[in-house]
Parts: sequence; structure tokens; C-alpha cells
Amino acid sequence: MNWNDWLPLLLIACSLVPGLIIFGLAEQRVRLRTTLNLSGSVINLLLVAWMLWGVYHGQHFETRLPLLPGLDLVLRAGPLSLLFVTLSAVLWLLTTIYAIGYLEGSPHRSRFFGFFSLCVSATIGVAMSGNLITFLLFYELLTLATYPLIVHRGTEVARHAGKIYLRYTLIGGGLLMFATVWLYTLTGSLEFTPQGFLHALGDEHRPALVMIFILFIAGFGVKAALIPLHGWLPLAMIAPAPVSALLHAVAVVKAGAFGIVRVVYDVFGINFATDLGVTAPLAWLAAFTILYASMRALYQDDLKRRLAFSTISQVSYITLGIAIAGPIAAIGGVVHLVHQGLMKITLFFCAGNLAETLGIHKISEMDGVGQRMPWTMAAFTIGVFGMIGAPPTAGFITKWYLGMGALEAGQSWVIWVLAGSSLLNAAYFLPILHRVWFRKPPKHWPEEHDFGRQETSWMLLLPPIITAFLALGAGLVAAAAFSPLAWAKLIAEREFY
Amino acid sequence: MGDFLLTMPWAVVLILLPLVGAIVCFLWPKNVNQLGLVTLAGVFLSVVGLGAWLLENGVYHHAVGGWNAPLGIHLYADGLSLVMLGITALVGLFVSVYATAYFDRVQSEQFWPLWLFLLTALNALFLSADMFNLYVTLELLGLSAVALVALAGGKAALNGAMRYLLASLLGSLLFLFGVALLYHTYGSLDLAILSEQIEASPTVWMALGLISAGLLLKTALFPLHFWLPPAHASAFSPISALLSALVVKASFYLLLRLWLELFWPISGSVAGLLGILGVMAILWGSLQALRQTRVKMLVAYSTVAQIGYLFLAFPLAMGAGVTAWNAVMYLAISHALAKAAMFMAAGNLLRFGGHDRIADLDQLAQRLPLTVAAFALAGVSLIGLPPSGGFIGKWLLLEAALMQGRWDLAVVIVLGGVLAAMYLFKVLGYAFTEASTPSKVTAVPVRMEWAALLLASGAILLGFLAPLILPLLAIGTPFDAFSSAQEVMS
Amino acid sequence: MSIAVLYALVGIGLFCLGVYALMIHAHLLRKILALNIMGSGVFMVLLALAGRTEIMPDPVPAAMVITGIVVAVSATAFALALMLKISAVTGRAELNDEEEK
Repeated sequence: MNWNDWLPLLLIACSLVPGLIIFGLAEQRVRLRTTLNLSGSVINLLLVAWMLWGVYHGQHFETRLPLLPGLDLVLRAGPLSLLFVTLSAVLWLLTTIYAIGYLEGSPHRSRFFGFFSLCVSATIGVAMSGNLITFLLFYELLTLATYPLIVHRGTEVARHAGKIYLRYTLIGGGLLMFATVWLYTLTGSLEFTPQGFLHALGDEHRPALVMIFILFIAGFGVKAALIPLHGWLPLAMIAPAPVSALLHAVAVVKAGAFGIVRVVYDVFGINFATDLGVTAPLAWLAAFTILYASMRALYQDDLKRRLAFSTISQVSYITLGIAIAGPIAAIGGVVHLVHQGLMKITLFFCAGNLAETLGIHKISEMDGVGQRMPWTMAAFTIGVFGMIGAPPTAGFITKWYLGMGALEAGQSWVIWVLAGSSLLNAAYFLPILHRVWFRKPPKHWPEEHDFGRQETSWMLLLPPIITAFLALGAGLVAAAAFSPLAWAKLIAEREFY
Repeated sequence: MGDFLLTMPWAVVLILLPLVGAIVCFLWPKNVNQLGLVTLAGVFLSVVGLGAWLLENGVYHHAVGGWNAPLGIHLYADGLSLVMLGITALVGLFVSVYATAYFDRVQSEQFWPLWLFLLTALNALFLSADMFNLYVTLELLGLSAVALVALAGGKAALNGAMRYLLASLLGSLLFLFGVALLYHTYGSLDLAILSEQIEASPTVWMALGLISAGLLLKTALFPLHFWLPPAHASAFSPISALLSALVVKASFYLLLRLWLELFWPISGSVAGLLGILGVMAILWGSLQALRQTRVKMLVAYSTVAQIGYLFLAFPLAMGAGVTAWNAVMYLAISHALAKAAMFMAAGNLLRFGGHDRIADLDQLAQRLPLTVAAFALAGVSLIGLPPSGGFIGKWLLLEAALMQGRWDLAVVIVLGGVLAAMYLFKVLGYAFTEASTPSKVTAVPVRMEWAALLLASGAILLGFLAPLILPLLAIGTPFDAFSSAQEVMS
Repeated sequence: MSIAVLYALVGIGLFCLGVYALMIHAHLLRKILALNIMGSGVFMVLLALAGRTEIMPDPVPAAMVITGIVVAVSATAFALALMLKISAVTGRAELNDEEEK
């Protein structure tokens, strides 16, 4: 038996099996649950490292199981998959630590961690899917696994948010299935292929292919929160902080964006898609989303809602990078998959810390909180600078490549979008920093918890500090061989040359 | 051992074993649960034996008592029969385990003989190859099913049973009339003989109309579904599970079989009508399910909607051939597993809190995680989300529709999934609330929770078993009769 | 018109009459009778088939009728028992659609 054939499946089992066991655990088995969670994610991380090394040295990891006549369940570890898998594996470990601290003593934790693991399995599955049917399978699994997390609190508001979330995502999923089967009846293949597998189809299929593309974008656009399909996302903020963090940084939103990347690159092929004339409208839609969502973010007083609109805006950078259809912009788009994840998860961790430690939910309550929680707010500040795109953070790298790519592709209007977005980002984030660092703290925080000498529990503090550090590092050592940027370059090379 | 497997007349065992079991259970009700379970296990093993035989030798023929057609009774089994027998044995086994915990002493003494008679009728129906014998099995099936519904007593159940009985008898008589007309034209009742001779004529058309109408009534295709929700919702939960999962499928199987073997050469042109009714069933059943305030009623209307899917294959088969039939069989067996699990889960909720009002479920759902999980997994398959048997079925069906540009049907297939999600999450949403749980509850036996959960997991597992099941279904090429017709037409 | 055709026509007539009665009558006894009349109609048709050859009657339809009668008798008995139960519970031998409160 060749181990390389089973490694991708094993990777999914790493989170799936602990998850299923956790469902069966009694509420008070905290220690066993924690052990399962952490060992799962550590093994996962080790496997990912092994596969990264392997792929770098030209090894092939692919699991293939028959699913239907002519269609297989394919899990493959290519460069693009591994970029996303690595992000998920790292952030899963951190988020698990965070979640253990965050949910300490609250009810239904077995259920929570069970679905949490399921959610990660689905994300890793999405990342490693080698064809569209496998992708669809894990993509829908992700929808189902996140629903219980969103409604976890069980309040009326949470259940309403869950309902809206399902309504959006299931309709999106229906469109995807429709598009996938349609494509299959035209081509007889769904295998992800670098530079796409559709260019061989005759001209008479072009109108159908344009329709299919629109259906795909509509389907993925729901999770990627492209306007006007973003309605569920601000509502989903009601979920516990670790869920929001994971949802925004890795799981749901990214799965949507990743789907768009896959469809444009590995199904249609970037050249063919440009030829069809579908990338330009996609770029406009992404640009509009970037600006509009930033504008909306300006008016939110609820910290998590402001972050949510910021996510909508930031994720569209990925779509924009892809839709510009040039190699350099592609690097910017793909690398933002990682960068946005690192930065946004930092911000959500910090928002969670504020809520958990001091009961702060609104921006207007954040006066002087930097003095009370310096470490948290330092991480927050790094995240904010990344979002704005200030050098040397990771966000700067993204914007640099996007801008350069747009110029190279002769689409200079994108520069204005980027500039406008940076201004808006600054406009909705810098006032927060001003409050945090330069205003006087109030006498009483809304709801303060005592954590002794530390500003908060170490389990809550460590993850944001690490992710902030990573976000900074991804920018500083962008030139190194294993940086996200280097991988993104590898991916773009494969697609364009 | 291998010889033994291949020489036993499994088809005969499959009919006689539950029959004897039923009689024994009726005469000596003392250890009725054990007797019943042993019978079910025997039936299950016999299906395995028959499967081994079929894999080795292809189709199975058996002339009972050595009498050949036209006078004798002829048994016949191919892949299609095998899959139906298999799903019947599997669902039957789990429902039986569930029933041992569900019924009290007196009820189980009434339940077991009737259920084993029902099983006899089902097995005989899947194995029969002549029209009159099919009529008898159909009648036996209907009577034992109605009696099972009536077991619950009470006004709702008795009314439901009566309505079911009238519909069922009417259906059987229509069927019998059609059989008489066929005999009038061809002088034979054997399917194989008939299929060689049949050709379009007014009498055959009338026979087709009568037989189809009778079977559609029994299958509860819209607008002939009126009897189903009251009967299925008011029966005891394990019985609802059997009815929705198996009994309805039996008459569908018969319709499918007759169309494939007898009527396909002439009936292609009216297949579109069945498709339209299927579409209406999906939409109407789903909308009605959305309006229900009781879990069991909701699940029953969901059956009405899911039956609609089965009929979408008829218009699609013309151009898509085997894909459409595979799709429909896959949907049928996934639905059998999922719906049985769902009725069992509903039964658990009912047992636990003494009611199944959806609006008050939040107080119950949290205390029964296994049951809610069963309901959810079954729901995933019914909605057609991956990975599940329902997904594979819908995928194939969608493929068949898009292959020939039937956009209307394709849209309905997807829309039906979304509607199913809406009505099922109406229930599932209540699993996640802050509501306090009531103090007055009745404990649910572990067996009942696990039986539901395992069956539901089976529906999910089916999502990965297509490479195993589709070849089984192809034994004896039951769908071939029609592909040759297709060639003639093209 | 031969006897066989007459039988067949009467059989069809009875069948239609039965369907009609089943639809319009509310009382369960009448519905059950209607079903029996439909059944008799089908049996008549079958008997007509048995008798259509001059030389010797065809045994198959006769066998079918006998089996059919057995089935019909047991179905009727069962239906009557069910009807009695319904009238015992509700006081009326009719189907009623009101939801049980």
C-alpha cells in the first residue's frame, strides 16, 4: 500500500474522527475532550508539514475512491490546496485553544467542539478536492457543520441568523449542484485541471458556459459574501467569537472565495474565462463589493459587525485578484487568501477577548481599553494596519501585487479602487485605534471578569498574539522560500505559463 | 457451504419464512418478540443468499411446484427485485428492533403477526412474475397495512385506516380490471409471455390506464395522495415507518416493473403525464409539509413530496435511459432508509414528551441528542445534500434531466431540495434553543434511539455505496427492455 | 349479442356504478357495498372471458374469480369490523376529517 494515496484522507480523518468521538462524550469530560481536540490538530499540522515538504520535492498525494460510474471522490494535495490546508491547520490549532478558553464553563461544549471539528474537516476537504463533485460534497458539509455553530447560543436572534444563513447557503448550494451537473453533461469530466478543461468545447456551447459561470459565481458568491449575496454574514456575527473568527478567516467565507479561484483557474481556465468575457464583470462586482462594504462598515457601532463588513470587503480582494486575469494580480489574490485569514482572525480573537474579559461589544465602549489590555490591543493594532495595507504587514504585500497586476493587465481603474478602499479602511479602523490608545478609560467596564495578574486568560491571549505575529511575519519574510507569497507565485506560475 | 448457498431456493424461503413466522406468532404469542426477530434475521440472511445466487447465476426463475406458466405460479428475481428485497429486509430488521421496545405486551402480540404477513406480501410481490399473483400480493399487502394502521385505535387512526382501506381496495379493483382486460387480449397472465406479445390497441390502452390508476392510487401520487398523510401520521411510529418506507415503494416497484416490461413500447407518450404529476407532488407535498404543525404530519407530507421524485424518471427515461432508472431506484432506497429513520425519530419525540407539536419541540429536542441526530441525518438525505444516498439519486436524476435539456424538471429537482430543507429545518431549528426542559417526560429506550440513528446513518452511507449497488441493480438488466425500445424509437 | 358480451357489459356497468356510489355516499356501509359491487363487476367480466370460447370454458378466469371472491370476502369482513370500531368510537359510521384535538 502506498501511503501517499491515503495521506489526504488521513488528513481529513484527523479532525473528523476526534469530532465524532467528541459528540459522544459527556459534558464534563473536559480533559479527554481537550486532549482529543489538541492531538487531532497537532497531528494534522504534522501531516500538513510532511505533505508541504513532499509537494515541494515533487511528490504526489492523491486519494481516489469511486463515487459514481465515471466519477471519483478525489482528494489531491497540489500547491493551491496546500496553501489553504496549511492555513486551516494552523488556524484550527489556535482557534481550538482559544475556543477552549472562551467557552470554559458554558453549556453544550461537546456539541460545539464536535461540530467545530466537523467544520474543519469540511474545510480541509474543500481545500483538497480534486474535482467539482468532491468540492460540492465538502462545501455542503461545511454548510451543515457551521449551522449548529451559528445557532449555538440558542437565543431567538441566533436562531434567526441561522435560518437566514441556511436560506442563503442552501439556495447557493442548489445553484452549484445545478451548474456542476450541467457542466458534467457537457464535458463528461469534472476533474480540476490547471488552465481549465473547457477550452476544447465547441463554440456552440459558449452561451451555456457563460450561464454556468454565472451560476457558479452566484453559488460561491453566497459564501464569499459578494454583494448582493452577503446578507447572512453580518447576522451570523451572533455566534461565539471563535466561530466568527473561524468563519471569517478560514471556513465559510474562504471556501466561497476558494471556490471562485478553483472555477476560474482549474475549471474554466483563466485564458478561456477572459475569452468568454466573464472575468471583467466579475472584477467590477468584486470592486463594487470592496467599496460598498467598506462604506457600510463606517456606520457600524457594534465591533463585530464592523469587522463583518470589513470581511465582506477584504474577501473580495481575492476575487478581484483572480478576475483581473493577470499573473501578478493572481499572486495578490491567492496570497490574500492566507493574509486576510491571519489578519482577520486576529481581529476577531481580540474582539472576543474584549467581550469575554470586559463585556465590551460596541466601539463606543472601547475608550482607553489599550491601557487595560495592552497585549490584546497590540495584536489588534497589527491586524488593523494589515487591513489598511500599511507596510510591512501582510496586507501591504497583497495590495502591492494587486496594484502592480492591475497596471500590468492594463486595468488602471483598479488602482483607484484599492486606494479608495485603503482610505475607507483607515477611516473605519483608525478612529478605533485612537479611542483605544489615546482616550481615558472609564471608571467601570461594562462587565469585567477577573483573571488575576494577567489581562485575560492565557488561552485567549496567546492565539491573537501568534496570529498577529504571523500576519506581520508573512509581510516581513515574504521573500523566503516557504512564505505564503512564494507559494502563491508557484500557483500563479502553474496557471499562467 | 458455498454449495448450500447456491442450492437453497431462497426465493421460496423468502416467502414461506415470514408466513410461517406470522402464523407461529399468532398461535403462540408468548415469545413473540424473539420469534419475530429470529424471522427477520432469517429473512435478511435469505436475501443475502439470494444475492449471492444472483451474482453467480444471473436472473432467478422458479416454477412453484413444478407447474409452469400459464397455469403455475412463477417466481422471478433480478437486480431490481433483489434491491427491493434487500432494502425491505434491512429496514424491516431495524424497525423490528425498534418495535420490540416500542410496543407493550398486548400491542406486540397484535403487531408481530400483522407485520410478518405484511413482510410476506412484500417479498411475494417483489418475486412474483404473473399478473394475478401480483394482484393477490397487492391485496394481502393492503389489508395487512390497513390493519397495522388501525392498531393504534383512537379516532384519528381508525379514520385514517378506513380511508386507506377504501383507497387500497379501489386501487386493487382497478388493477384487477386491468388484468382482466390483458387476459382478454392475450390469454396469458405471465409477464414474460405478455411482454413478447403486447402491442398498442384500445383494450391494452384501457388496461394500462386502469392498472396505472390503481397503482398510482396505492403509491399516493398527487392528486391521489389524500389518504396517505392521515394514515401514516396517525399510525404507531414503527408502523408509519414501515408504510412510508416500504409499502408505498412496493406499489411503485410494481408500476415500474409493469411499465418497463409490458407497457414501455406503447406508453412512452404518456410518460410525460406521470412526470407532470410528479412535479406537482413535489411542490404540493412540500408546501403542505411547510404548513404542518405536527412532526408526524410534516414527515408524512414529506413522503408525498418525495414520491413525486420517483415519477420524474418516467419522462426522463426516454432520453437518458438507465441513468434515470438508476436515479429513481437510488432515491427510492435512500428514501426508505431516511424516512423510516425519521418516523422512528418522530416516534421517540412523541414518546418522550407525549406530543409532537413542532412549536413546543424545543423543550424535548435537547434532551434526545441521538434522536435529533437521526432526524438530521435522515433530513440530509431527503434534502439531497452530500454525502448521502439522496444526493447520489438527485445527482443522477439531474444528470438525466440536463442531458436532454429538460430545464423545467431540473429546476424542480433543485427547488424540491430547497423546500425540503425549509420544512425539515423548521423542526431541526428547535434542537438549538435555551428553553428549559419539562419535568414530566417518559424515558425513551436506548434501542429506539439507536435504531433510528443507525438507519439514518445508513442513508448517509448510501452516498458512498453507489459503486456497489448500481451493479447489483443491473443484474438481469431489468432496465434493458426499455433501452431496446429506445433504440427502436430513435 | 352473445351471452359473454352481455356479461361483460353488465360487468362494466356494475363496476362504474360501484365507483359512482363509492364517491358520493358518506355512510361507510354504502361505501363498502359499493366496493363489493365493483368487485362483482370485475368478476362478471372475468366470467365472460371464461365463457367466450364455444368448446370448453377456460379454467384460468374461473380460478381467478374464486380467488378474487375469497379476497373480497375477507376484505369486506375486515372493512365491516373497522366500520364497527369507528362507529363505536365516534358514534357515526362515517369518515370525519376533523383533527383530533
